[in-house]
Amino acid sequence: MTRYLLRRLAAVAGVLLVICAVTFAVFYVLPSDPAAHACGKTCTPEQVTLVRAQMGLDRPVYEQFGGYVTGIFTGRVLGDGPTALECSVPCFGYSYQNALPVWDLLTDRLPVSVSLALGAAALWLAGGLAVGLVAALRRGTALDRSLMAATLASASAPVYFTAMMLLLILVQRLEWLPYPDYRPISEGPAAWAGNLLLPWMTLASLYAAMYARLTRASMIETMAEPYIRTARAKGLYERTVVTKHGLRSALTPIVTIFGMDLGGLLAGAVITEHVFGLPGVGQLTYDAIFKADQPVVLGVTLLAAFFITLANLGVDLVYAVIDPRVRYA
Amino acid sequence: MILRVRDLRVAFPAGTAVDGIGFDLDRGRTLGVVGESGSGKSVSSLAIMGLHREAAVSGSIVFDGEELVGAPASRLRELRGRRIAMIFQDPLSSLHPFYTVGEQIAEAYRLHLRVSRRVARERAVEMLAEVGIPEPRRRAGEHPHRFSGGMRQRVMIAMALSCEPDLLIADEPTTALDVTVQAQILELIRRIQRDRGIAVMMITHDLGVVARVADEVLVMYGGRTVEHAPVREIFRAPRHPYTQGLLASAPRLPAGGAGDSPDPAAGSVAAGGSPDPVAGGVAGPVVKGRLRAIPGSPPSLLAPPPGCRFHPRCARYAAAPDDACVTEAPELRELRELCVLGEVGEVHAGRALRLVGAEGPPAGPVHRTACHLAETRGGSR
Ligand SMILES: Nc1ncnc2c1ncn2[C@@H]1O[C@H](COP(=O)(O)OP(=O)(O)OP(=O)(O)O)[C@@H](O)[C@H]1O
Ligand code: SF4
Ligand SMILES: [Mg+2]
Repeated sequence: MTRYLLRRLAAVAGVLLVICAVTFAVFYVLPSDPAAHACGKTCTPEQVTLVRAQMGLDRPVYEQFGGYVTGIFTGRVLGDGPTALECSVPCFGYSYQNALPVWDLLTDRLPVSVSLALGAAALWLAGGLAVGLVAALRRGTALDRSLMAATLASASAPVYFTAMMLLLILVQRLEWLPYPDYRPISEGPAAWAGNLLLPWMTLASLYAAMYARLTRASMIETMAEPYIRTARAKGLYERTVVTKHGLRSALTPIVTIFGMDLGGLLAGAVITEHVFGLPGVGQLTYDAIFKADQPVVLGVTLLAAFFITLANLGVDLVYAVIDPRVRYA
Repeated sequence: MILRVRDLRVAFPAGTAVDGIGFDLDRGRTLGVVGESGSGKSVSSLAIMGLHREAAVSGSIVFDGEELVGAPASRLRELRGRRIAMIFQDPLSSLHPFYTVGEQIAEAYRLHLRVSRRVARERAVEMLAEVGIPEPRRRAGEHPHRFSGGMRQRVMIAMALSCEPDLLIADEPTTALDVTVQAQILELIRRIQRDRGIAVMMITHDLGVVARVADEVLVMYGGRTVEHAPVREIFRAPRHPYTQGLLASAPRLPAGGAGDSPDPAAGSVAAGGSPDPVAGGVAGPVVKGRLRAIPGSPPSLLAPPPGCRFHPRCARYAAAPDDACVTEAPELRELRELCVLGEVGEVHAGRALRLVGAEGPPAGPVHRTACHLAETRGGSR
């Protein structure tokens, strides 16, 4: 088990290295000049050349890449002379536009994105599973059909639209919720959750709809399995048949998708954060792309890749716990 | 009488799958239910288990004096697994892949007998030992996919018998297994039945299985009973053209005592008890080890043929067409062989057949068949 884990972690590191290299290559072939963006509109060509030297852009790409990767583990000094910048471990580059190391930017924004993702995930799992389960057990009834119609509407509504509707109804009309203004959890869980409720609901309504449909399909398939008939033939209560024998199996495929979705969201929900002005990684990404802040784009790409590969590993481990057939394979 | 079924009908929205079957089953006896795929064997057994959810079940199923048709779902649940147990065709898909076999056996025992987890677990080990699984204590902690096909079916049997049921319904328990293992599983079922005196309803489309374990045979066609007789009678003197066709299409059933090592090369199971089941000119020429199926296909549920449901495929009807076959459904009648001279006007040389009655099944096993022309001898060729 430990060896398996180490092997998998090594694979994660390998994947991250490859993604890092690919991102580097992409920026290298792109026609934009990061130095010009970093320096700003009023820069003279001489100043741009100076910045380019400081960013290391005048060196061969493999050298830049090597410097970047070693910087993560050892830290580095960017440029030389009086304008040299100290970038301490782990150094993921320096955002000249924000005048901060990328790592500081990421760690500053990460709690917001993680708060958003985890809260939304809890909501959409609870809602999606419940709706999917009820629809599967009441398959073919009017209830099933109306629930499925609702999920279709909810899944196809754009995040902007859902967010606006929720703002309009819950904040403006009913005044049940304040306009979201992010508060860290250190200022108290109530303020934290209260201000995140709206973004959570927006994000969750999108995912819950997909999870409801998924759960329904998976549950219907499972309940037709011969082992469910066996469970009934044993005289078990229908409740036990549905939960212990049905749901347990039906949830297996959902675990995979949940891992991927959560992994993807931890590195920021770009649109939701943007709509609600949440200062998370997604917002950082949005701004970085908009301003062609290359070091930040590289940093968030790596962060996203890190979360997704980690989620992948997590899913595989959870699978081995759920399904004994995987364990022995 | 542990089980008494009368005029059982099971109707799905799409059509009637079982259209009035009936039989009696005593403790310690085995009823073999045979018929082609789709003849309604599984649907009938699920009706006895009370496991139909979308079908209308009518008629009467009396289990140990208690009427089950129309009984509350909670009562049926109490009986299921506790007093009526069932095993299925495919033991791998019939076992839950995520739970150990020990857990799965213990589950029903714990629920029905209200014992502790530990006691139930001990019971599971005990049952695994009883069905012949080596190292039962260790194996109880393993998942179904770690067992071979035959061992899985043993697990199913252990699970079904853990609560000491009075009736075991086995729905093609050996179909998915290879021949050698088939024989072992049948032997196991027989042994347990003898030891415990339970009633067994053995569903199969394999006449070799019937010959091996059944006391009585119910032959189903298109949701109806076409022939019902003691096992010897079915093999010695089948009356219904469908039964005769089934026998003709079965691989040759070699003679020999039960429990003998079967001959896998012959593709069949040793037929216990019957000296020579295919003797008497009943079966047509048999290609060794090969099935010669009855020509034509089983009737449709939605639009069964009028009159006798078998007439489109019936050799006897083809040989001597009779209007009754296409207009009137034949009733299940008792036939007896008379070795004496019959009534005035009827002169019989040697063995003759005569209709004696058409009422519901009498107490003892008699030979009943549903064919207008049952008195015609042979006719299957
Ligand atoms: N849930 C259902 N809804 C509608 N029709 C059904 C249902 N279950 C079974 N049937 C139909 O009832 C008929 C009898 O099916 P059944 O499963 O009893 O056949 P069987 O004799 O057990 O055949 P096999 O040897 O293939 O197991 C078939 O035509 C089948 O299509
Ligand atoms: S009733 Fe007629 S069609 Fe049906 S089995 Fe007898 S002879 Fe054949
Ligand atoms: Mg069947």
